[in-house]
Amino acid sequence: MEFQGFARADGRAGVRNRVLVVATSDCADPAARMIARGMDDVVAITQHLGCIAIETATTLVGAAKNPNIFATLLVSMGCEGIEAEPMMSEIEKTGKPVAMVRIQEIGSIRQTVARGREIVAKMVAESHQRKREALDVSRLAVGLKCGGSDTTSGIAANPAIGVMADMLVDAGASVVMIEPIEAIGAEEFLASRAANKSVQKQVLKWINDEEKRWTVPGAGIDFMCRGNIDGGLTTLEEKALGAIHKGGHRPIKGVLKNRRGCLETVPQGGGFYLQEGTHEEIPAITYMAAAGANIIIFATGRGGVFGHSICPVVRVTGNPETWARMKEDMDINASTIMEGKESIEGVGKRIYDEVVAVASGKLTISEQLGLDNFAVWKYDSRLEALLGLL
Amino acid sequence: MKQAIMMDAKDNVANAISAIKAGEEVAILSTKQEVVQRLKAKSSLPLGHKIALMDIKRGDEIKKYGAVIGKASKNIAAGEYVHIHNVESNRMPLTEHMLGYK
Repeated sequence: MEFQGFARADGRAGVRNRVLVVATSDCADPAARMIARGMDDVVAITQHLGCIAIETATTLVGAAKNPNIFATLLVSMGCEGIEAEPMMSEIEKTGKPVAMVRIQEIGSIRQTVARGREIVAKMVAESHQRKREALDVSRLAVGLKCGGSDTTSGIAANPAIGVMADMLVDAGASVVMIEPIEAIGAEEFLASRAANKSVQKQVLKWINDEEKRWTVPGAGIDFMCRGNIDGGLTTLEEKALGAIHKGGHRPIKGVLKNRRGCLETVPQGGGFYLQEGTHEEIPAITYMAAAGANIIIFATGRGGVFGHSICPVVRVTGNPETWARMKEDMDINASTIMEGKESIEGVGKRIYDEVVAVASGKLTISEQLGLDNFAVWKYDSRLEALLGLL
Repeated sequence: MKQAIMMDAKDNVANAISAIKAGEEVAILSTKQEVVQRLKAKSSLPLGHKIALMDIKRGDEIKKYGAVIGKASKNIAAGEYVHIHNVESNRMPLTEHMLGYK
């Protein structure tokens, strides 16, 4: 099967052709946003974790390398700990246009914005020269996430997304899933999906490390709660299996490393991958995008509604009440499963078709609304050190 | 007729997609929506909760998604409501805090 996408010099395929403006630290964020203001298909991003948080630079670079991005302008203050030059040369490796403006060098915010807008306008004009072409579905990389989960998530939306994930992998595409906290309790099942012994070890470590982080005194979370039980979840195993079933059943080819400034990208060649990182919605999507995912499928029982600067987000709800109340904000109705009107496999196929349509340019609801959420997260290196996880 | 979904052919429980009352007939659907079994509910259960598809002995594995989600803490008859009153986790027992009592 084919979709209409943008072929990039590094062999990856984009489903969008955006120009990115990256403030290398939040000091430069207003200037970056002023540069992007009012320009079509131009998005501005930054991180808010401080200008010496070097590993966040890796995430921003990953976002710029994402095949949905045609070209990138870096906006630097000049005195930050994160240096813009290494970021620039890393992005250049993809063969995509990249430029930089530095506020302290140019002399003022006004002049920087004027210079930045000239550069970005040229990038946009150049991006319009690129046309979509027929590309094989195997060149897609799809990221999976769930949030605002409820009783219907493990019965309808997640199993249907799992069917889609299997179809994508069978078509040679890549699928990536983050959020290790939700896998606590599903160790046996995920380990059984590992492609080999070494991956099996990585999968178990991925889950065990996360459990260590959340069981330190004072973490203050329970892995099960009254709401889960009232919704029909009996054990942690059941809860975890319901969440990770959006990942389908195909062999896990690896766990993508993502810490201390090392961000492994989804290898070309297809297959299912796990990724280190957080369960927090927006930064989790940022991480998958930084690893090369170009479309995100988001399952939400209660109706989490947001988009992302780098990737189209396809929202799926399995809750009939949420669908009735929020259908204007939902891309896919999986609640037909709960009403006995459609099979899990049928909805899974429908989501797969939607992925191909969105990859070919169909705008998701969050894109139609211009929702451009973006956030960067990083591991607490002190906790990692104390737990021996570095 | 009431319906419940069986996530995998190896499962011994299914999730009700509407509330079920004791004595009602329940059609068990596969993920392809084929009716794979019919049984009478022995107890009432809320939407989204689980019904036993066969007699399950105390200590037996409870299977959903083709995977083990816990073990029976009591004998469970086919058609009975399956939840924390007759199943326990192999991984992490429920605490009073999780149950909202503390």
